Amino acid sequence: MVEQIDLTQVNWARAQFALTAMYHWIFVPLTLGLSFLVAFFESIYVRTGDEDWKRLTKFWMTLFGINFAIGIATGIILEFQFGTNWSNYSWMVGDIFGAPLAIEGIFAFFLEATFFAVMFFGWNRVSKGFHLFSTWMVAVGSNLSAVWILVANGWMQFPTGMAFNPDTARFEMQNITEVIFSPVAISKFCHATSSGFQLAALFVVGISSWFLLKGRHQLMAKRSIIVASVFGLLASAYVGFTGDEAAYSVAQKQPMKLAAMEGLFVGQKNAPLVAAGLINSAKTPGDRQDAFIAEVKIPGLLSLLANREFGSFVPGVDDLVYGNKEENIVGAQERMEKGKIAIDLLRTYKEASKNGDTKIAEAALKAFNDYKDDMGYGYLSSPEQAMPPVGLTFYAFHIMVILGTIFPLLFLLFLYFNFKGNIQYQQWLLYLGILCVPLGYIAQQAGWVVAEVGRQPWAIQGLLPVTVANSNLTTGTVQTTFFVFLGLFTLLMIAEISIMVKQIQTGPEGE
Amino acid sequence: MLKEILSFYIDGFRSMKTGRKLWAIIFIKLFIMFAILKVYFFPNYLNTNFSNDEERAEHVIENITQLPQNKNQRRL
Repeated sequence: MVEQIDLTQVNWARAQFALTAMYHWIFVPLTLGLSFLVAFFESIYVRTGDEDWKRLTKFWMTLFGINFAIGIATGIILEFQFGTNWSNYSWMVGDIFGAPLAIEGIFAFFLEATFFAVMFFGWNRVSKGFHLFSTWMVAVGSNLSAVWILVANGWMQFPTGMAFNPDTARFEMQNITEVIFSPVAISKFCHATSSGFQLAALFVVGISSWFLLKGRHQLMAKRSIIVASVFGLLASAYVGFTGDEAAYSVAQKQPMKLAAMEGLFVGQKNAPLVAAGLINSAKTPGDRQDAFIAEVKIPGLLSLLANREFGSFVPGVDDLVYGNKEENIVGAQERMEKGKIAIDLLRTYKEASKNGDTKIAEAALKAFNDYKDDMGYGYLSSPEQAMPPVGLTFYAFHIMVILGTIFPLLFLLFLYFNFKGNIQYQQWLLYLGILCVPLGYIAQQAGWVVAEVGRQPWAIQGLLPVTVANSNLTTGTVQTTFFVFLGLFTLLMIAEISIMVKQIQTGPEGE
Repeated sequence: MLKEILSFYIDGFRSMKTGRKLWAIIFIKLFIMFAILKVYFFPNYLNTNFSNDEERAEHVIENITQLPQNKNQRRL
């Protein structure tokens, strides 16, 4: 098995980063959503004065605390990896990311040291109102602290508001507003956080279902289900809306990713949306094979979603790799040639500057500025390398969308039977509720697979491929740390699950 | 005021049940991350190998102005 994997250093560094990011994203979305649910539960308690709501709030708050504690600082490992495995990248984007990530760190620290402490320690020490305020602040603050990292990720997908400095080899911030309010960053933040709300609702519904199946804490379970299902339904609508926005911005800014998400090789007008399909793994760009072994299509819908216009042209992988003159699309092949010129000119500029040859340096720099937008393509060895893994992107995208469509139906069913008053007898639904907890996590991970695998081969879209972003390390070094992380994360996961399960089995205090 | 804040935190920590286990995990995790992983496995590549920003920039420029085939040769 191991022999079949490409064991180059870049791929091990990629695998390590993917492992850490996916592990980190197990905890983050639940924190984002559960913090708001806890705030809603406590708001009902403060409004009604009903002690059962307080017990319920404290129970979910404890689970929130466990998830938060185990997940805390796992994101910092990503920053370690930037400095070690991805030093070229890290150096080049330092000016863009340094400030936002530092703000996030400081913001999170003060948030946790103040409102988090009041939330957990302050039940009998501060007024009800201030406690509730602190809980809301934790919810709002947790979500706001996700802004910066998602802005950074959005910038990598659509680099804007910056200029490349050929003397320092750095992308330097020119306009912070453009970076923060880039359409990709906004849609990424909204979609990622709202999907976290959906996951938290599934988590609460799933655990409450378990209580109902066991015949324990029925009042708490039913109340939790009502609030979580309403929250989940609203979140699902928002996920759908932000997902549409995210897909639109992908279509406009990263058309190759959209082509991979839909398995679209030959671009067309009035392009259909593939609702489900089986990818032909033998398909390569430019050949005459069908992209699918079997598929279910909805005519014209992809054109509408991608361009907000029926009948519009949606480029496929072939158009983006080889170009399409009719549609005015410059392909990777042509951009590679310009990119190689940009790299040569940058080298000439640096050498001339070092030798004090001002005239040549100035001329090279002037010419470099004309070609620099395609510099990233100059590192590719073949135009086909501009294509991300289509199968993985396609399946991850469709798994995410299909699951994201099922979840609101689940919330509706839970609400229906809850209001009917016989939810505790609907065993099939309660088991389905439990099953949807891991499915919610799968949808979350699939979403990030789409975002990150779909933008390959780029570390920074169009400017820096991952093969150039990495450090000159040996494969063995990165392999070692990969397995160290695998072991560490497995242990932490076991700790989380065992503590969480024990707490769930204990249930809310005082019953 | 300061005394009240201190006692708020001290009493809070004292009254924790599950929280104690969680804090233990947090501290062990932070120790492993910062005292072992960061120090022994994750040195900052550019800070370790180059003494100033000029050298770091020079190194990165050298890397990004090599075409892919040259870069692979260098690694091999």
